[in-house]
Amino acid sequence: LIPAIVVFVYLASVLYIGIFAFRRSTHRNEAEDYFLAGRSLGVVVFLLSLFGTNMTAFALLGSSGHAFANGIVTYGLMASSSALIVPLSLFFIGTRMWALGKKYGFMTPVQMFRDRWECGHIGTVITVVQAVLLIPYIIIGVMGGGTTMNAISGGRIPFWVGGAIVAMVVMSYVFFGGMRGTAWVNAFQTTLFLLFGTIALGVIGAGMGGFGQAVNELASSPATAALLTRERVSPLYFFSYTFIPLSSICFPHIIIFCLTAERVQHFKKTVILYPLCMLAIWLPAVFLGVTANRAVEVPAIQAKLEARQTLATQSATLSPEQKVELRAKAAGDDILVRLLEHYAPLWLVGLLGAGIMAAVMASDSQILALSTMFTEDIFAFYEGKARFGEAAQVRTGHIFVILITIVAYVIALRWPQSIFDLAVQFAFSGYSALMPLLVGALFWKRSTKWGALAVTLWAAAAVIAVAVFQSVVPVPAPGAEVGFGSLFGQAIVSRTAAGTSVLGFLPVVPMVLISALLMMVVSLLTPKPNEATIRRYF
Amino acid sequence: LLVSKGFLNANRVRIKTMKGLWLALLVVVLYALHQDTWFWRAVQPVVLGFLPVGLFYHVCYTLAVCGVMWLLVKFAWPSHLESGRVNAPRSVAPSPHRPISAEEDAAP
Repeated sequence: LIPAIVVFVYLASVLYIGIFAFRRSTHRNEAEDYFLAGRSLGVVVFLLSLFGTNMTAFALLGSSGHAFANGIVTYGLMASSSALIVPLSLFFIGTRMWALGKKYGFMTPVQMFRDRWECGHIGTVITVVQAVLLIPYIIIGVMGGGTTMNAISGGRIPFWVGGAIVAMVVMSYVFFGGMRGTAWVNAFQTTLFLLFGTIALGVIGAGMGGFGQAVNELASSPATAALLTRERVSPLYFFSYTFIPLSSICFPHIIIFCLTAERVQHFKKTVILYPLCMLAIWLPAVFLGVTANRAVEVPAIQAKLEARQTLATQSATLSPEQKVELRAKAAGDDILVRLLEHYAPLWLVGLLGAGIMAAVMASDSQILALSTMFTEDIFAFYEGKARFGEAAQVRTGHIFVILITIVAYVIALRWPQSIFDLAVQFAFSGYSALMPLLVGALFWKRSTKWGALAVTLWAAAAVIAVAVFQSVVPVPAPGAEVGFGSLFGQAIVSRTAAGTSVLGFLPVVPMVLISALLMMVVSLLTPKPNEATIRRYF
Repeated sequence: LLVSKGFLNANRVRIKTMKGLWLALLVVVLYALHQDTWFWRAVQPVVLGFLPVGLFYHVCYTLAVCGVMWLLVKFAWPSHLESGRVNAPRSVAPSPHRPISAEEDAAP
């Protein structure tokens, strides 16, 4: 019960921060104040909050689980590639978007696209695709809240109650505090992440008798030595992952957050320190995930290792249902919680549980971003603001926050999490494929609205195609693949245990390259925007 | 005087372009260094007694990224954005597609 009490104290704190932000707001009926904190965030809150907004439950829980199954490769795949690409995209795109927002009053990327390419309904298509790709994240956040509350309370708090509590807290501070409340809560949560990583590393390391010993034991066993190398993935697969962080700046909640800085100077520290924040969060998470393979004295982890062993050795004789059950048992998303339960004292489990809760509550900025997109790109664009006024627009935003939270909660109760886990994976590739929209709008005079439409439709079609392909073709045994077509002796499209590959690459690579090609070819074939419009941007 | 001013300006532009090219090259090299096939199957040496060399490399890589970002901010910062301007003056007529700020609404 002690850990649950600590988590409740944490939830009360974030609620207070949201309400405090509401009290600090002096222009509550102004859209810019509610949705963008009046473009007034200071440098520390901007850095911590932007980083926290980017770090979802996956950074803490998923990365440990991935490292538990795949080894140290997780850090290179997800952390060091993001440490390079995300600051670069903030440097080149975030700063320009900030300046355009300040100059022309843009509050969403679609407002900029509509102006830059002189279009209306094409902007609506972009908004819809962005929103559809974002919704699974919100649902995953609610599910993560329910699961974590259930685990931390030792099963006393059922999933539906835990999910409802987390959804209510998030909804309340987003509803009252808007962007200001969300940013402050995110800054607070990032501080918790950083503390959490350090404490968890120390406590678990001491409990395991030192990491040196754990690493030596892993290295000396042929079954686990591969976890300390990258031989479980191919170089092409590893390379493909450098395309995934392109999605970061294309996520509406990230690009909208770029508009909240008071001064463009605030990006400087964020760009420089972002890689260090990645290191501080991901290294402990990945390292703990890898070394958990030696924590055989933890019964839950031993059960996972046995399930993994059965899958590897008896895959041919198992029925599909048994395989699904064993995969679920072997999954490592709760590995960090299991390690803490075993090695940390009770009060510390609660504190660290609050840190985990901070990670799973990252859906706040996504809810707010959806609300901003709806009120600005749909309500205001289709004359709602002109007819009913700005106060009605803010009220619409409030109502939308409540509606989207309720819908996410209801879906979270009825549908299995695996569907949304998969949808989130596709969303990364989908957003990466939308990157040519931002690059074309900000850096290429000749880009056109038809090029933008082609990019958007291609991204949506490609995501659907990969999803259908993966649901139609059964998952092969680990290490095997089912190929279709052939080019230079290599299967063009393959179904692997991990997903789909195209000529050995992840689908994100052809998705981004074709998307860029479409932007260029279609733009060159269609009339460019007015010279006066182009002059305002270049 | 005009000729020497022109020469100085041309020189400044050339230095700026060279600096930009070097920084672009640095970023490309850094991107390539992420694909470290040389430590692909190596466990040893275990650095500091607990970090396998493949992981240690990527920790160092992250620190190197931090350094390169500092160089970018120091030498290639888009300072023209600091005034809130992109490239054009504020007086340009607003587009019918973008939101009009209250300040512009009130303008005669």
